[in-house]
Amino acid sequence: MRHRKRGRKLGRNPAHRKAMLRNMANSLFLHGRIVTTVAKAKELRPFAERLITLARRGTVHARRLVIARLGKQPIPPDHPDHGRYRNIVHKLFAEIAPRYIDRPGGYTRIIKIAKRRLGDAGELAMIALVEESIAESRERNANRRGRRRAAEAEAEVEAPEPQGEQTEEGAETAAVQAESREKPAATESPSEAAEEGEKEKKG
Amino acid sequence: MAVPKRRTSRSKQGKRRSHLRMTPPNVDFCRRCSRPVPSHRACPHCGYYGDRKVLPVEEKE
Ligand SMILES: [Zn+2]
Repeated sequence: MRHRKRGRKLGRNPAHRKAMLRNMANSLFLHGRIVTTVAKAKELRPFAERLITLARRGTVHARRLVIARLGKQPIPPDHPDHGRYRNIVHKLFAEIAPRYIDRPGGYTRIIKIAKRRLGDAGELAMIALVEESIAESRERNANRRGRRRAAEAEAEVEAPEPQGEQTEEGAETAAVQAESREKPAATESPSEAAEEGEKEKKG
Repeated sequence: MAVPKRRTSRSKQGKRRSHLRMTPPNVDFCRRCSRPVPSHRACPHCGYYGDRKVLPVEEKE
């Protein structure tokens, strides 16, 4: 049984797996984003993020731990960072880690992509270093709910439609409040309006 | 060795297969370009996932 056994084997023996993770992490730090299978991306994430967390410390000890896991991969001559950094570990400590000083983990993002892999039609994903600042991320998360509602309300105001209730409901927290006030007042109960709003979302 | 006593009747065979079916792929429509996109995937047409966030692929109008 594989109960509570963590991690994927990815069809490789331990040495092969380790080498592949090292390769992928180096590529990720070099290019900022890579496309692999979903399973590999999910395995790479904790590996790469732990390295970034180490690099944030910036100590000699941390650097040696990272080198032990990554090696000192040179930056290829055709890469824009060639000459700017001595190797990928240097880039990680000098450029990547400082960006994430205030971010409590979650330095990478995995986005599934529609294209399938050639041959076995494996599911592909892009794993990328997060580019926005922690402040931007927090603002986005805070606005998420409100913004979605605002967008819906706006769309409904623009579309010529007899039911003003949905607008009323969606606009409660939104900026278009004034516009919806001009429409006839809601006669249905708020719960009914909410249900209709849900349907609208799914459709 | 255990061996079937009777050939499977067409009726039995049909009943067994009544639960076999294909499921249609889950398709959403891109919030940005409204073209069909498999759900939980970045849009292959415009490179967006949700309201923002660009994929390397960016389209020309
Ligand atoms: Zn799109």
